[in-house]
Amino acid sequence: MLKIHNVQVSVEGKHILNGVDIEIKPGEIHAIMGPNGSGKSTLAYTLAGHPKYHVDGGEIGLDGINILDQSPDLRARSGLFLAFQYPVEIAGVSVQNFLRVAYEAKFGKLKSIIEFRKHLQELAEELHVKKELVERSLNDGFSGGEKKRVEILQMAALQPKYAVLDETDSGLDVDAIKTIAEGVRAIVKKHKTGVIVITHYQRILKYLKPDKVHVMVKGKIIKSGGKSFAQELEKSGYAAYV
Amino acid sequence: MSRFAPIQHPQPQNNAVISDTYSLGFSDPTDSYALHSKKGLDVAMIERISAEKDEPAWMLATRLEAYKTFLAKPHHVWLPGTHVLNFEDISYYLKPVNTRPQSWDDVPAYIKNTFDRIGVPQAERDHLAGLTAQYESEKIYGSIKKIWADKGVIFLSMDEGLKQYPDLVQEYFGKVIPTGDNKFSALNTACWSGGSFVYVPKGVHIDLPLQTYFRINAQNAGQFERTLIIADEGSQVTYAEGCSSPSYSTASLHAAVVEIFVKKGARVQYITVQNWYKDVYNLVTKRAWVEEEGHMEWLDCNLGSKLTVKYPSFILAGKGARGETMSIAVASGDQHQDTGSKAIHLAPYTSSTIISKSICKGGGRTTYRGMVNIGPNAHGSKNKVVCDALIFDPESRSDTYPTERVFTNDVSLEHEATVSRIGEDQLFYLISRGLTEEEAGKMIVRGFAEPLVKKLPMEFAVEMNRLIDLEMEGSVG
Ligand SMILES: Nc1ncnc2c1ncn2[C@@H]1O[C@H](COP(=O)(O)OP(=O)(O)O)[C@@H](O)[C@H]1O
Ligand SMILES: [Mg+2]
Repeated sequence: MLKIHNVQVSVEGKHILNGVDIEIKPGEIHAIMGPNGSGKSTLAYTLAGHPKYHVDGGEIGLDGINILDQSPDLRARSGLFLAFQYPVEIAGVSVQNFLRVAYEAKFGKLKSIIEFRKHLQELAEELHVKKELVERSLNDGFSGGEKKRVEILQMAALQPKYAVLDETDSGLDVDAIKTIAEGVRAIVKKHKTGVIVITHYQRILKYLKPDKVHVMVKGKIIKSGGKSFAQELEKSGYAAYV
Repeated sequence: MSRFAPIQHPQPQNNAVISDTYSLGFSDPTDSYALHSKKGLDVAMIERISAEKDEPAWMLATRLEAYKTFLAKPHHVWLPGTHVLNFEDISYYLKPVNTRPQSWDDVPAYIKNTFDRIGVPQAERDHLAGLTAQYESEKIYGSIKKIWADKGVIFLSMDEGLKQYPDLVQEYFGKVIPTGDNKFSALNTACWSGGSFVYVPKGVHIDLPLQTYFRINAQNAGQFERTLIIADEGSQVTYAEGCSSPSYSTASLHAAVVEIFVKKGARVQYITVQNWYKDVYNLVTKRAWVEEEGHMEWLDCNLGSKLTVKYPSFILAGKGARGETMSIAVASGDQHQDTGSKAIHLAPYTSSTIISKSICKGGGRTTYRGMVNIGPNAHGSKNKVVCDALIFDPESRSDTYPTERVFTNDVSLEHEATVSRIGEDQLFYLISRGLTEEEAGKMIVRGFAEPLVKKLPMEFAVEMNRLIDLEMEGSVG
């Protein structure tokens, strides 16, 4: 279980999160919705361990272990994954080599690099990621949609226990959203990953069918609910709760 | 402290900037040397060097003239760092053995052992067309594979070249880099020893590199090799040089002169992997003369030395000649890499590209200095300069000094310069995927260097990546 308990976070001395509680079990999908600036990305970065986000109080437990003491790389190796809202570009580092190194950091030396590359190609196909992208420099010159798909490709390859997808649906057309939602559901099914999906748009809810939805405003979860709440938000959005 | 350490548990500060990872810093005793000159340079010393080599009179005269020029020349005013060099505290001529070994088996055991540790003889068997190993001032071993010797390729030390082909040497020596080009070219001309002499006959394409490996061993040693490469019409050759030295704390001086003649339609690729220990002043003048449709390519990698001053250049003298410089410099701690390139366009439709990449960290300093000169007859010529600097921390510094002089219309010039702080965002992205901060730094730097590294022959590419990794070890953050 990923247990976020009463987490308070400040950035450069400014309080952003004022006590957030969420619990996610393996295989569950949760959505967090809320207006711009409410602190959704802050929660995502805090989970990943970005040094700019200072935890003033609360706990984050991953399968019973407090991860707040852990460096971000250790958190990743313990099974946490963040799909970035704005994936960065890294010239000269190919997607497949990078993923191989990350995979080996987590699971130990690969038996066969060739097998791993084949496996990546299969995942790429499922996620409608163009084959040649896997050989190109990481995000370098990728379109917005390509970057987001490659984030999910990374998630599929690294098989996290818990993943946070920060606005992975932003800037995508309906077809792309569908592909990504199907991809995420497949990963959840296969690896029992617990997923937090941060989104602005109710339309992804339709394809993801989350188990729970939380509405975040001004650094607090002001309302949470199950499937029927999700259906309500899918129709009419969260505006009524802000 | 690592920027990505958990905030709640700050770790103790690690102030070491120069990583302790230089693996070639061992040294051999020098008491068995055949000649270990006293420190300092004077006329008698120069006469001694010339006599040891039994040179023709014109070479001694050239040396003595050069010595006067060296004394008269000031240091470059724009160049910080060389004026602290104490020329009296350098040994100018170090001859390890009296008679040059005829085969690898004749090489004294301690020298053989040193080159074994560096991995030089293995390299020859596997992927070189020929190899020379220079130890201090003298070539200690050299060979060229028979198929190339049979085609008339000459690959000798400069001393041997002068002995066996005096006319050829006299015709070209000092013709593209005159003695008085700068203080250090004058110094080299006065006391040069060793270096390579290469001649590739018309139309011969050598498919594997010729390599010379330079080793400095003694403390306060000077090494002044002199290299001359003549690629005759339509020929092709790749020449590679590597180097290393023991880790002393006092200054050593390496002042080389490399002259290259690329004849009509010929192509020369010159690869340098400079890995001197961080006490060596590396002040090198390199220039190529490129004739019609000739192609000169400098691939210049500078990782070692305390101060490197080097601007590999080409004079595009014939119509359609091409020149390229691709360089990478890594500076950390007290290191200063002052590098760049000069492109001199004298003929029409000539083209040149200069790509300069640099990485500085832990207080290191990199400087790009470049000159593009397009003469009045060089219509239709093209030049492109790209400078990319990667800066790791606020203590480090990178500067760019481009100069352009254009004396004709109808030319195309492009200049791009980017300076990036190594992105915290990039580092965090990789770290959040499970890489340690050090691994993430290495990966970003390797990616940055990749456009150059991928142009190197495989063995050199592997070596470069290894050296870059060593530079990054224990020093990010
Ligand atoms: N790195 C940062 N530096 C300064 N302020 C930040 C930073 N990250 C977030 N904030 C501030 O925190 C608040 C919440 O932002 P964010 O978490 O990005 O919201 P959301 O993702 O919900 O749009 C905003 O006021 C934003 O300006
Ligand atoms: Mg956001």
